[in-house]
Amino acid sequence: MIELDNIAYSYGGGELLSEVSFKLAPGSFHFLTGPSGSGKTTFLKLCYGALTPTAGRVQLFGKDVREMDRDDHAMTRRQIGVVHQDCQFLDHLPVRENVALPLTVSGRDSLEQHSNLKELLTWVGLGHRASALPPELSGGERQRAALARAVIMSPDVVLADEPTGNVDWEMSQRLLQLLVELNKMGKTILIATHDMNLIRAAKHHVQARVLRISGRKLQLAGADL
Amino acid sequence: MSKGLQLSKLIMGDAQADRVVPPTGFTARLTLFAAGAMAFLTVFALALSLASGRLATRWGDELAQSSTLRISAPEEQMAAQTAAALTVLESTPGIASARALSVEEQRNLLAPWFGPDLPLDSLPIPQLIEIVETEEGYDGAGLRLRLQAEVPGAVLDDHNRWRRPLERAAGRLRLLGWVSIGLIGAATAAMITLAANAALAANAQVISVLRLIGAQDSYIARAFVRRFTLRALLGAAVGTALGALAVFLLPSAQESGGFLTGLGFQGIGWAFLALIPPLAGGVAYLATGAAARRTLGELT
Repeated sequence: MIELDNIAYSYGGGELLSEVSFKLAPGSFHFLTGPSGSGKTTFLKLCYGALTPTAGRVQLFGKDVREMDRDDHAMTRRQIGVVHQDCQFLDHLPVRENVALPLTVSGRDSLEQHSNLKELLTWVGLGHRASALPPELSGGERQRAALARAVIMSPDVVLADEPTGNVDWEMSQRLLQLLVELNKMGKTILIATHDMNLIRAAKHHVQARVLRISGRKLQLAGADL
Repeated sequence: MSKGLQLSKLIMGDAQADRVVPPTGFTARLTLFAAGAMAFLTVFALALSLASGRLATRWGDELAQSSTLRISAPEEQMAAQTAAALTVLESTPGIASARALSVEEQRNLLAPWFGPDLPLDSLPIPQLIEIVETEEGYDGAGLRLRLQAEVPGAVLDDHNRWRRPLERAAGRLRLLGWVSIGLIGAATAAMITLAANAALAANAQVISVLRLIGAQDSYIARAFVRRFTLRALLGAAVGTALGALAVFLLPSAQESGGFLTGLGFQGIGWAFLALIPPLAGGVAYLATGAAARRTLGELT
């Protein structure tokens, strides 16, 4: 699915990650933690092909990222749903169209969009905000809309970068619940977060592994929760 | 994707895909204005070129089918030489008719230079014979030899020395018109490329989001290309209509008028106008496509 084999990544003359190997097993639930600037976002970007390692090999669904052209990358992105910390919406489009964007760009018909969308927006609790523009949403609503957009193509893997970074505790619990539900549907989940409370709360709902980036290396931070 | 499918997607569009790129006021206005202004100028360059072509043809046709024989001889021999010349001309293959101009006609020819009261009787004016050729024309060199032998005072003017410079000048004007159209097309492409580059740069964040969610570069490029092509098409249609109206309102060609009053479209020439908007759209399609491919290739 996603495999990093002894990779390194350098940026601006400094090495951010070194000798990192990781294999994301289908159906697993992982947390990735570490201090700010430790390379969590870089690690996630390597996992969905937005960055190419300076050494080592990254394979996405059996393909080496170095051998993938732009179209291959686009196709891979449709199999990996990504939730960014800053959500990255098109501010001129309402929530409904932002969430449906992956379907739009992949040429799925509008009927399918309509049925999937309604269901999905209700699932994330945004059925009543479908016509709102992204700047009108609260932090929690933005994260839920980003999650809905990440899963609308029914990807095999969902990667989330600090999904609870800008929301209160109650909303972070709601988001965690949605991600756990996705995992129970068979999706593979990897969440980068520095919020240890979130990780502790997850142990009541899911069997997850915690990885930690420290000193440019990836370590298993704890036993299964 | 085949070119045909790409073109049909471009024309038919996709309402949702069209909304992906936010409206950009400045680049939209620049493209519309550039396409409109250039189409307006193209109409005039085309009118110039077509009018020059017509002029060259007319001058060529009119002068090519006629010649003039000038007989300069002492007064007492003039009638005899004129008669001999007419005999030679009538028996020359390729000459449809030959006619000696009357005194009145010769006076009318000279009137613009010397006034109507010119005393032709007291002046040694040469006798002019107007020759009208057949389609095939005559053998000029052979005719000159015969005239030299039988009518010593005759000089044959087959109008070549008038016709060739005029035809050359009209040909140059026509070429100038087409060169202008080429330059206008290149300037249009340059301006639309600038506008497309500005739009692509302003929408780097949109492109980043689209890539994040799995949009192929061809999809992103098509969204921009379609928008710019349609704007150029619309701008050029308006510019062409205004240009055509302006040409239509020019004073019409008259016998006494010169080249300028003949500047316009005639017959099938009007059909060329219909080609300007699609050509402008084609230029925009190619220019924006190249700009989009280059920009998307540079964006990581």
